[in-house]
Amino acid sequence: MAADSTLLLSLVEEFVSGLQDSKAKDAAKGKLVLVILSLTSSQAPTRARGVQLLSEVLKECYGELTEREVEVLIAFYENRLKDHYVITPPVLQGLRALTRCTTLPPGSAVSMLRSLFQDVHVQQILCLGADFVFGFVQSMDGERDPRNLLLAFQIAKNIIHRGYDLGKFTEELFEVTSCYFPIDFTPPPNDPHGITKEELIQELRGVLTGTPKFAEFLLPLIIEKLDSDVPSAKLDSLQTLTACVSQYEHKDLAEFLEGLWASLRREVFQTSSENVESAGLAALTALTSCLSRSVLSSDSEDSLSSFLDLILKDCKHHLCEPDLKLVWPSAKLLQATCCASNRASHIVTAAVMPSLIDQYNSRTQCSQRRTLLEVVQQFIQSVKSSQSSDSDESVLSAFREALCSIMFSALSESDSSLQITATSALTSLAQLTGLLLDSDIELAIDHLTRLSAHMVECAGALAELHPAAFIAKLIPRLKHEMFYLTEPSKQHSHHTMRQRCLSALAAVSKQSSVVQDSTPVLLEVLSSAHKGSVSFSVDEVVLACHSLQRIAEQVEDEEETGRCFHDVIIPRLLSLALQAALQGSPGVRSPLVEEAVLSAMVPVISTSCSRLQPTMAAQTASRAVSLFLDGDVSFLPDNSFPSHIQLLKQQGDSWSQSQMVCLLMGCVCSLPRSVEVPQIDQLLSALEEMSCTCSHQLSYTSAAKCFAGLVNKRPPGQLVLIQRTMKRVCSELDSTSSSVRIQAFTLMIWVAKALLLRYHPLFKTLTDKLFSLLDDTDLGLMAADSFSLLMSDFTDVLNRSCHADVRIMYRQRFFSENSAKLVQGFNAATQEKKSNYLKALSNIVNKLPKQVQVTELPALLSLLLEALTCPDQGVQLSTLSCLEPVLINPPPALIQQLEALVNRLLALLCSPAMNVRIVSLRCIHALSSFPVHEVLPFRARVLRALAKPLDDKKRLVRSEAVQARGEW
Amino acid sequence: MSGGARLENANPVIFQRSGERLLTASEEDEDVHDPIDDREIFDLIRSINDPEHPLSLEELNVVEQIRVKVDDAGNTVGVEFTPTIPHCSMATLIGLSIKVKLLRSLPDRFKIDVHITPGTHASEEAVNKQLADKERVAAALENSSLLEVVNQCLSTRTI
Repeated sequence: MAADSTLLLSLVEEFVSGLQDSKAKDAAKGKLVLVILSLTSSQAPTRARGVQLLSEVLKECYGELTEREVEVLIAFYENRLKDHYVITPPVLQGLRALTRCTTLPPGSAVSMLRSLFQDVHVQQILCLGADFVFGFVQSMDGERDPRNLLLAFQIAKNIIHRGYDLGKFTEELFEVTSCYFPIDFTPPPNDPHGITKEELIQELRGVLTGTPKFAEFLLPLIIEKLDSDVPSAKLDSLQTLTACVSQYEHKDLAEFLEGLWASLRREVFQTSSENVESAGLAALTALTSCLSRSVLSSDSEDSLSSFLDLILKDCKHHLCEPDLKLVWPSAKLLQATCCASNRASHIVTAAVMPSLIDQYNSRTQCSQRRTLLEVVQQFIQSVKSSQSSDSDESVLSAFREALCSIMFSALSESDSSLQITATSALTSLAQLTGLLLDSDIELAIDHLTRLSAHMVECAGALAELHPAAFIAKLIPRLKHEMFYLTEPSKQHSHHTMRQRCLSALAAVSKQSSVVQDSTPVLLEVLSSAHKGSVSFSVDEVVLACHSLQRIAEQVEDEEETGRCFHDVIIPRLLSLALQAALQGSPGVRSPLVEEAVLSAMVPVISTSCSRLQPTMAAQTASRAVSLFLDGDVSFLPDNSFPSHIQLLKQQGDSWSQSQMVCLLMGCVCSLPRSVEVPQIDQLLSALEEMSCTCSHQLSYTSAAKCFAGLVNKRPPGQLVLIQRTMKRVCSELDSTSSSVRIQAFTLMIWVAKALLLRYHPLFKTLTDKLFSLLDDTDLGLMAADSFSLLMSDFTDVLNRSCHADVRIMYRQRFFSENSAKLVQGFNAATQEKKSNYLKALSNIVNKLPKQVQVTELPALLSLLLEALTCPDQGVQLSTLSCLEPVLINPPPALIQQLEALVNRLLALLCSPAMNVRIVSLRCIHALSSFPVHEVLPFRARVLRALAKPLDDKKRLVRSEAVQARGEW
Repeated sequence: MSGGARLENANPVIFQRSGERLLTASEEDEDVHDPIDDREIFDLIRSINDPEHPLSLEELNVVEQIRVKVDDAGNTVGVEFTPTIPHCSMATLIGLSIKVKLLRSLPDRFKIDVHITPGTHASEEAVNKQLADKERVAAALENSSLLEVVNQCLSTRTI
């Protein structure tokens, strides 16, 4: 044995040095392990020779190796791949020999391939060609481990994409991969590898759709799998079809078109799920666009048109039966083909439109006409999506006249649902560029002026496209409608007409040219309401303000409109409000002093101010401040005001002037932070004075808000003033006899809010004060309510669109800093004060984002459950409403407390308040989606308890009970 | 629904859905007693799914509000339903679904009567008899696979 070894060694030496070839080979058979020993030379070419020897030996004796030996060899070869490049070719040869081994250990094929792709340059494998593919096919055959499969799919994809010669093994490669299609794999729970079904599906799809060469195998497979009963298999097949046709030519598809169409039609006609249907439609679109992409050769027939003929033959006749179910799927199928390409949409619309238009004109029932019109509208939509930008002639231009005439006839119908459909169809028609003529638009406007509610939106969409026509025709018409009451008997309908006109004015004003003409009309409404020349109700005036606000929000051309608002609208609004406020006579009160109107004006001003250019913004600020502080009225139009007006000074009990401070708030609190507000210190003192002394609620609240809004934007160094204010507020609050405690509290809470938003350190003292007030006899309830004020956003002040300094996650911060204090206070408080704490807590938790609620809830759960037993209905309601969203995705802590929770919820079913009953029923409903094993013990009890609210005297309660009981 | 199987009625006539019930002021008022009326019962059953089509019974006109009779004081509810075709084999299942839904959703003081609109089905009497027989209904619901089909019909669809 020893002699043998030495002999062998010397023979190997000779081979490696290139002297002897055949002898060593013969001898080395059977003594593989030794050969490996000789491969440790430091010379790369020598090692290469060694490997070559080994490989050649293996080529001849691969049949005799045991599994263990193969494993060692593979490990060795994989390692060698990382070696010098001259060694690679013999290594590859060796690996090729090894793949033929019958005793290939499981998993090794894949690891081998993995290292191949990692370490070897493609050209080197390319030369292995078809043999390599065959080896791969063999090695992955029968593989079951998802990890290996995932890798194998990736490798197969590489094989396809990097242009290996598949040779005669195309079908084999397809077979070996496609046998996994469609993938049905559920990862085991706690899977450490994290392989999902989705990943496998994606990878396999990548392989199958990788090359047109697979078409002849893949398409029959898809047709077969579409017959499957499993929805996910259908879905996967359809998605794979969509993906694969993007690579194919029409000749790949030709012979399968009929079969594919039959399957697709069946899926859409008899669909059971919406996903399958939409995947089917997407596949049809992809198929059609593939067909329309391909170039026609003179000898082959036009496969697109023959395919479309097939579809039209099956679908078109269904469109003539607007009452039956199949009209919709047929329309959808046809529209899916329409979307695919311009040519397809030409063919389909030419075939379908005339019959649809005929149908519409011959049918008389509204519901049938509406169905037809909806189908037409969807066709218009799909034509739009297929329209290429450079095509000059629209697909539908041949039908323009007929389409317009049916739209207009539908608009003049009395049936409102028909009108709705017609307006949306008209809107989509108008969005097809260059289709409608000017005369059509004018006709459309004529129809739209008979405004019903839904036409307003349509008008808005059209106005964006054709502003000139709207300025010329619609706006004068609307004005006429609003100002000239024709018959006094129709008071009520006139009111709704005015409402529509006002919202229509807002809807059409998206471009500055329209704004120039529409806003004067709205302002005229306000001024004639003030003068009383035309009577407008408070509602209508508020609506006019809303319209102005909407315009301020939606205009596209900011600079132009900003100027318009700055120069005309804001001064005009201020002037009108001032005139109304100064009008002393109590008999005729202008609607403009109503709180509702003023509150509606504030957002107009603040929205427009927040969007002003810096220079204009600065000017607005200084004008507003000088008006309110100094009584400077010079910039207001209709200047006939007395010289000494002092809007920030309380004058007896006339609050009509003092409440105008809310308009000041609209101006100065919404300006960009860079804009300097002049005379800020005087302004702040005046506001403080007003908010602490005034007795009119709107006035002192607005002053407090305005103060807070300004404080929020002050640079950090200039907040000394607040200290003084705080001292004053606290002393007012401390003297229980003070008459202005409520005012002081309001100011405090707003300032607290302003400081909270910007994380100011002073906020801490204010919270402490607030917590101490929870025990106060008079203000305790108010303090509890004020927590919701601290946590919520406001539209008029202290929000981001007003450029306020709002730090992210201030709510969470507040909560995490103070929840412990609340719990402490709750435990220390006397029985009758406890409800204040609970209320404060539920106010805070209610406003927290859901993610935070879920993480924080376990700590507070016992307190919240306590709150459910609290007799105060407000507390019950707010606790329930904050529990409800949490229950949908319950944290484990909640499940532990299920028993207590169910008990309390069932007890609340007997609450005298209907709202409490409703929300607790909803919570019980949500409980039904808890893990089955947790809720099952309660089932009988809950069902019995739910029988009672089924007979509740309130219908709303009953309907919730029905839903909850149905789920349980 | 397997791919190859043909439906008994592949292309049925579709009817419009009625909207949600409008909320009235009296319904929000705590002190007013709202009686159980025809519309309320109809709202309970109109959204039941058809066993064959992804459509509700209302859309197929199987149930109509005028065919629902309620006597709140007398504790009786009567529902007539109309199969889409006279030989529909699903009639019993539809009737059973309506019955189960009402049993689950109404207080137990009501006597519930579900039957086929006279003259609309071939084996009308047999189906009516089955549906009226309390014990047969109870026995049918013991059958877990039948119960599953019924629950599927009653499951709320997201539209």
